[in-house]
Parts: sequence; C-alpha cells; structure tokens
Amino acid sequence: MNIQDIRRQFPILDQVVNDNPLVYLDSSATSQKPIQVIETVNNYYREYNSNVHRGVHTLGTKATDAYEGAREKVRKFINAKSTQEVIFTRGTTTSLNTVAHSYATANLKQGDEIVITYMEHHSNIIPWQQAAKRTGAQLKYIPLQEDGTLSLDDVRSTITPNTKIVSVTQVSNVLGTINPIKEIAKIAHENGAVMVVDGAQSAPHMKIDVQDLDCDFLAFSGHKMCGPTGIGVLYGKKDLLENMEPVEFGGEMIDFVHLYESTWKELPWKFEGGTPIIAGAIGLGAAIDFLNEVGLDNILEHEHKLTAYALDKLSSVEGISIYGPHDPAKRGGLVTFNLADVHPHDVATVLDAEGIAVRAGHHCAQPLMKWLKQSATARASFYLYNTEEDIDKLFEGLVKTKEYFSDVF
Amino acid sequence: MSSNLDALYRRVIMDHYKKPRNRGILEDGSHTINMNNPTCGDRIQLTFKVEDGVVEDCRFEGEGCSISMSSASMMTQAIKGKKVEEALQMSKIFSDMMQGKEIDENIDLGDIEALHGVSKFPARIKCATLAWKAMEKGLNEGEKQ
Repeated sequence: MNIQDIRRQFPILDQVVNDNPLVYLDSSATSQKPIQVIETVNNYYREYNSNVHRGVHTLGTKATDAYEGAREKVRKFINAKSTQEVIFTRGTTTSLNTVAHSYATANLKQGDEIVITYMEHHSNIIPWQQAAKRTGAQLKYIPLQEDGTLSLDDVRSTITPNTKIVSVTQVSNVLGTINPIKEIAKIAHENGAVMVVDGAQSAPHMKIDVQDLDCDFLAFSGHKMCGPTGIGVLYGKKDLLENMEPVEFGGEMIDFVHLYESTWKELPWKFEGGTPIIAGAIGLGAAIDFLNEVGLDNILEHEHKLTAYALDKLSSVEGISIYGPHDPAKRGGLVTFNLADVHPHDVATVLDAEGIAVRAGHHCAQPLMKWLKQSATARASFYLYNTEEDIDKLFEGLVKTKEYFSDVF
Repeated sequence: MSSNLDALYRRVIMDHYKKPRNRGILEDGSHTINMNNPTCGDRIQLTFKVEDGVVEDCRFEGEGCSISMSSASMMTQAIKGKKVEEALQMSKIFSDMMQGKEIDENIDLGDIEALHGVSKFPARIKCATLAWKAMEKGLNEGEKQ
C-alpha cells in the first residue's frame, strides 16, 4: 500500500488552507473522495442519467443495471446472502430509524427492553428513545469500563429475556473502541433479541461479514467510506425484512395500487419508496471497488499503525488527556483528546490556522460526553490517505496551541 | 501564528476568559434564562435583576470556549445599569459587528470592541453571540411578564 499513490487519487488533499498544506484529520465526520468516485458520479450524470426500474429505453436500462450492480457490490462487501437483504437509504441515521420505526414499533410492547450502550452516537440513541415512548418498552444502557470498553459480563447482566432489541456501535466515533459484536450478538440471540449494528465507523475501515457476526441488522453510510453523501445501507436478514412494513410509501415500492389499499413490491424495493438515490448508489459502488482494490486489511493495518503512532506521539504533549482504550489494537483510527486549560473549539481554531482540520464539539454523543465529564472534546481521525507526517504536524500544532494560549494569558 | 489569530484572541478577551466578570447566579434575580448551542455543547445561564426598566444586576454561569465565555463576561459588564431598551440596542449593535457591518464610531463599545475579530471566523460567530441571544430572549420575555 503506497500512501503517496493513494493520496494522488484524492484531488482535494492537494491544496493550501490558511497558507499551509491541508492536513485532513476529520474522516470520521466524512471521508474525502477518490477521483474514481467523483468520475463515476460525473459520468452517470453526463452519459446515462435516467430513472431506474421503469420504462424500456436504453438509458433507463443502463441506469438500472448500474444501480442494481452497486447493490451486488454492497452485498459482496458485507457478505450478505442475497441482494434482497441490501436496502439503499440516505445514510446510517435513516437505516437505524427504519429499524426503529418498522421493526421496533411492530414487535415491542410494555415490559420489553431495548438495550444500547453509553458510547452510542445520537442516531443510535434517539430512534430507540422514541420507539420506547411509542411502545412502552424500556431503554437500558450497558455501562462502560474505565477505559471506555464494554465488558461481556456487563453485556450479559444488562440483556435479559425481556430484551427484544440490542443495538450497539461496532466502533465508537469518540473513544475509538472496537466492540465485540459477534459475542454481543450471541448473547442477544440467547435471550431472544435481535442484534442491530451501527457500522458507520467500522464499514469504512474493516472487513465486515454479516453472516460471521450473525447480526440481524447493519447500518452504515457511504460518505464515510469514500462514497458520496446522501447514500447509505440497511442490511437486514431476509426473514425479518419480509415481515416488516415499509416506512415510506409512494412510487417505486408498490406492487398493485387499488383505491383503498395497496400491496408492496418484494425485497429490497418495498423499502425504497420514491426515486432512489441513483447517483449516490452508483458512486458507493465505485467507492467499494476502490476500497477492495486497496484492500480493507491493508487499510485497517495502516490505521492501527497510525493510531499507535498518534497515541505515542500525542501523549507527550503537555497537559493532554486522551480518551478511550490505550491499546491501539482495540481502537479504530481516531484519537479524541483535550488540552488542559484550552477549550477544544479554541484548539480547533488554532489548528485550522495551521491548515489542520480536526473536529471539536460533543461529536453527537452527549451521554458519552457526560460519562467522560467533558462538555466537548477535540478529535483527530485517520483514513487510508493519512500519514505519520500528518500526525507530526498535528503534534506541532498542539504544541503551538499550548504556547499560544500560555502567551496570551 | 497568524495575525488573524491574534485578532481573534485579543488580550482583553483572554483576560475576560481567565477572570470572568459577574460570574455566578443572582439569588434574588427577577428572571433566569438558559440557552445552549446544540452543535457544540456550549451552554449559558443568565440571571437578571430588572427594576423599573433598568438592569440592576446580571450574572452568568456556563461552560464553553474562550470566545463564548469572554463574550458573556463582557455582555454582563456592558448591560449592568443600562435600561432594558439600551441593553437590547447593544445586542443589535453586537449582532451587526459580528456580521462585519460598519458600526457608528461614536458608540463607545468598551471591551466589546475586542470581539470584532470574531467576524473573520464564521465558525466562531455563534460562540460569541450565545450570551447576547440569551440576554435578548431573557429581557424580552421579562418584559412580557
């Protein structure tokens, strides 16, 4: 894996921001896009833009083939049994909301439980809060260990035979923790619950095999994995999806429409009401081709190395607190931190003046911020195009930030 | 470091951040207002004591970055002893300043002038305006009571 070759495929990286070469360390928020993805989307609009699944004209057929071809690429990417189990959505949030609306509303009743963890993103909290309110079910949280990991003992003691849904992120967007999804799914199933996985921070970075994990649902977004914004995936086991009602009704998803009732298309189209996100899906297909070509194992190994390097290097910054597991092997490619006496927004502003893009704020994880006893944190996140040099620049930027703020005080 | 940054983090701003004026809660306040910035987690609580249309006292409590907290400190300093309509007028002037509009140079802005540089940092304007928006809301709602 030659990083310089990879970087050349991302045109956006070659630019100057605030008089410095851009150092992009915010891929957990959204990844940059390789030229192959940009060209594929461009090419679709220039050469065969057409609606799918209708009409008999040539462009329509070409667009349909490309759209359904992208679905097959996703199927392979996560090793689903069938493309009927792959639904295109707007993103992880929509995917999780679809499960919470359709599956949860139909299957939960008073006395049932939904189990999540303290490290979830808001999009894996609020849909369940709302589902609990609608159905009278109880929302329960698996606590975290001191280092921001889950213990299987806590998982076992929180999930009970009353639990109907367990929903856990595979990789925390704040702590970087990689959770033992396969083991949690086994415990969920032993108790008769379904296992939902938030894959927003894992699908871009590691090989996911839904059959091996034995998860019932998996949600992820295209834009965090080199694909366009506005496209995501909901994977669900066929027997579950078949028994679920659509959430959106309209064109594209129907079989027959009568005056007072209608019937739905078969899977996966019954969940794709309206003109689908055609360019987005085709672009996601190109992103998957790109990631496969680089190799997800190579990407993961590269990020583990970067994370180990970053943890080591950044921990020498005076006054820094780094959150999450200390063992780089237990983490995804991101480092969340705070500098003593400097608010993360101020850190991010000073770094931005150096051309370094990091995220500052609560990272859509307010319950986790409360657990960390922080109102906000700064986060540097890595992807296949980042280098040790990027981390060196971050280190220098943080040292400058410390100096700058001690000077002005 | 760039001169832009120096324009953002003026010494007087850092002084208010490190040594906030009027920090705390007024136990005998006539009204209280809470506001937060949902995108970043900054939050502020203001308590006022308004008598006969005059802001007799004002305190702030909260957490946030140097810009939001220093702006809150300056705001309380600026409106204390002012008539409610004068305080609301200052809020309007501050909002104009954040949008980079020309301000009448006869107006004495005091320490607030130091926040002028924030207008060059679009991502930080909402930090500076939080306390002022809270003040406006608090005083407007207070008037209705």
